[in-house]
Amino acid sequence: MSEHATSDHSKSSPLITYFSVWAALLVGTFITYKAAFIELGAFNSAVALTIATIKALLVALFFMHLKGASEKLLKLVVISTIFFLFILLVLSMADYGTRLWS
Amino acid sequence: MSDSSTVSVHGEAHNPALLHHFATEEQQRDSANFGMWIFLATEVMFFGGLFCAYLIYRGWYFGDFGAASKSINATLGAANTAVLICSSLTVVLAIWAAQTSRRGLMLVTLILTMLFGVTFLAIKGIEYKDKFDEHHVPGPSFSFEHVPVPGHPDQFANPKHAQIFFALYFVMTGLHALHMIIGLGLFAWLLWMAWKGRFTPEYHTPLEIGGLYWHFVDIVWIYLFPLLYLIDRHP
Amino acid sequence: MAMSSGPQGERENYLNKHYGVGSWLFTTDHKRIALLYLMSITFFFFIGGFFALLIRLELLTPTGDLVQADTYNKLFTMHGMVMVFFFLIPSIPAVLGNFLVPMMIGAKDLAFPRINLLSWYLYIIGGVMMLHCMLTGGVDTGWTFYTPFSTAFTNTKIVEAGLAIFVAGFSSILTGLNFIVTIHRMRAPGMTWSRLPLFIWAHYATSIIQILGTPVIAITIVLVAVERTLHLGIFDPKLGGDPLLFQHLFWFYSHPAVYIMILPSMGIVSEIIACFSRKRIFGYSFVALSSIAIAVFGFLVWAHHMFVAGISVYAALVFSLLSYAVAVPSAVKVFNWTATLYKGSIRYDAPMLYAFGFLGLFTIGGLTGLFLAALGIDVHVTDTYFVVAHFHYIMVGGALMGYLGGLHFWWPKISGRLYPESLARLAALIVFLGFNLTFFPQFILGYVGMPRRYYQYPPEFQVLNVLSTAGATVLGVGYLLPMIYFLWSMRYGKPAPDNPWNAAGLEWQTQSPPTTYNFEVEPVVTGEAYNYEELDAPHKEEVPIER
Repeated sequence: MSEHATSDHSKSSPLITYFSVWAALLVGTFITYKAAFIELGAFNSAVALTIATIKALLVALFFMHLKGASEKLLKLVVISTIFFLFILLVLSMADYGTRLWS
Repeated sequence: MSDSSTVSVHGEAHNPALLHHFATEEQQRDSANFGMWIFLATEVMFFGGLFCAYLIYRGWYFGDFGAASKSINATLGAANTAVLICSSLTVVLAIWAAQTSRRGLMLVTLILTMLFGVTFLAIKGIEYKDKFDEHHVPGPSFSFEHVPVPGHPDQFANPKHAQIFFALYFVMTGLHALHMIIGLGLFAWLLWMAWKGRFTPEYHTPLEIGGLYWHFVDIVWIYLFPLLYLIDRHP
Repeated sequence: MAMSSGPQGERENYLNKHYGVGSWLFTTDHKRIALLYLMSITFFFFIGGFFALLIRLELLTPTGDLVQADTYNKLFTMHGMVMVFFFLIPSIPAVLGNFLVPMMIGAKDLAFPRINLLSWYLYIIGGVMMLHCMLTGGVDTGWTFYTPFSTAFTNTKIVEAGLAIFVAGFSSILTGLNFIVTIHRMRAPGMTWSRLPLFIWAHYATSIIQILGTPVIAITIVLVAVERTLHLGIFDPKLGGDPLLFQHLFWFYSHPAVYIMILPSMGIVSEIIACFSRKRIFGYSFVALSSIAIAVFGFLVWAHHMFVAGISVYAALVFSLLSYAVAVPSAVKVFNWTATLYKGSIRYDAPMLYAFGFLGLFTIGGLTGLFLAALGIDVHVTDTYFVVAHFHYIMVGGALMGYLGGLHFWWPKISGRLYPESLARLAALIVFLGFNLTFFPQFILGYVGMPRRYYQYPPEFQVLNVLSTAGATVLGVGYLLPMIYFLWSMRYGKPAPDNPWNAAGLEWQTQSPPTTYNFEVEPVVTGEAYNYEELDAPHKEEVPIER
């Protein structure tokens, strides 16, 4: 009875995927929150951002249906955008990170 | 291209939702989807400029930013993160409902999505009010005296640097909240269309692209939360 | 084919299909929107040109005697803002791109016609805001509105100008979005990527820049507006902020923006050179991929505008090196165009004269960019007239020449009329001579030390300044002529055949002017672009005829 507009691999029950992702997102949020109160030094930021990235990927791949997308095109758009955002951040750091060197 | 032969493809009777310049409904749907993804790319770069400014100052003024970050309510921030995650779930459920002709579920999940959105804004409002009461809103009444830098109890945070944190905090979360408000408007319109019966399993493109926008707003918050709220929380 | 006749027995086309202001203001036809843009962009070109005229008049004499210093600051600021944001960035994509992209790929319209119309309205709203800003005092910070002057010190209307640019920027984003989706999704059967005209590749690359770059200046404008109104310290050193952060964010867009301005013009040049050498473009893939390379590399070089602003010398080294790299794909294109000309059957019609002008002037402009990319030289010539000459060679000698060439080339298609060819060639010559007289002396002026944005200068610089102003007058005449004869041709020009140049390209397979939906039946593409050998083959039965 289900008519899917996109090529969804889990045709039988996308609901399971959605609820699993939802649970994973909530768990990730909880871990992020709790980990912030533990002394991990420089790793605090790394942990928080890594979990955030995993959560973002879950939303993008499963909720935004990137995973089932038939063409590589949308993934290319996402990757290119992130690439250019990184250029902005990294090349600015080339200045800010080295200003005190000389 | 002078050696091009011409073939007519005007044969098919089409759905009134099919716009004239598209050949097939699939082309129209794919184009709308692709267009929204590109728009989201522009939004990533839009917020990206703010993230760039934020990361630079966080590197420069880590201690002061840590002190300022500690003063905003991480529990409310975490709660808001959970609220948005739930709203993203209700969005995908609404689309699934459209795909499987479950009109009742579609309407309920759309309403729930909007309720979650309003909850998010309400919690944000509480946070903003707290900041206002504590004189942490940048401007003439800003005050951040004698706040210790986390991990260095003998040092006080520089109020000027803390003000930069709060300036970025308000601009970033404010811009995000503005996008949320726009999202609520968008979903009110989608709810109206759903109520009018405009969506079928074959055609629910506005729901799909509205959903993409909503998930993007969720993703921005997924990054804002740890960056703004969790710089240095250990006692 | 529909043969309903309008007045004078004209065939039905997109111009005469509907009449009335409403049919224009609420149109979703990409061709009508292109003409709406043509009128508005021309209007802003003359506004920007008017400011240029005042600048050049002031600089006729070494002393500041025509206007006061503050007024002069406003003149060059408004000249820059109007020319960059309301002329150069929209011009080719909004006029020729809007008109031709769907036709060149065999589509009936762009992917999102209503968003296309919205783009134009956003441009108009931004333009009206900018006009109002100018009429009520303007801005005096330079088009680059550096902080903290723009956020903490100047009394001029920064926020209003910034918001005008923000709105116009949104227009630019929507145009780019429309083109990308159109080029991906609406190509006719058989139109593979490697068969696309280079005009399309150029606009595709331009659209990528519009999508990824414009939002960054948008947020920068928001931050400036917020800082200015709420007295925050994000860019203010007194409050712990960094003025260079503004420059990083500003130039992250504004450098790729110059590629938004030049890439479409390069696309036009490819089309013109192929047609008027009767050859396919040499190294098609290289030219196509160079467009993409320019778009990508263009994002990596922005801090070359900041070499002496206070960035670290290590960052300067990196950006200098990257700036040399970005010149390579442009050079590849110039070599390929030149190779196309070799053993071509050259015709010197007006579009080709503009293309030749582009080749020479863009090369000079580009090479001087490399001088500027060298740190040692840049220290001496930055913020002098050398820089001013460099970017005018590219923007005016390059982008604007290409735009004019393209307007001439496609005018018969757009209007259904032929422009007067001899007068057009004369105008092209006047533009070329006027341009060089205006801007070549500025290279010398900059090299010997005249700073930019100064309204007075040492008397020994006067001769060169007078030459430059004289050139500007000639250039002005050169620009007025096409305005006049294009308008004249709409009523008195000879009716144009469908393909007066016997050019390759799907757009030439439609009638002149085209019908509203371009193609009666969807074309199917079976061959490469620029098949001029076939078009010129002796047994070809069709000969362009005059109606």
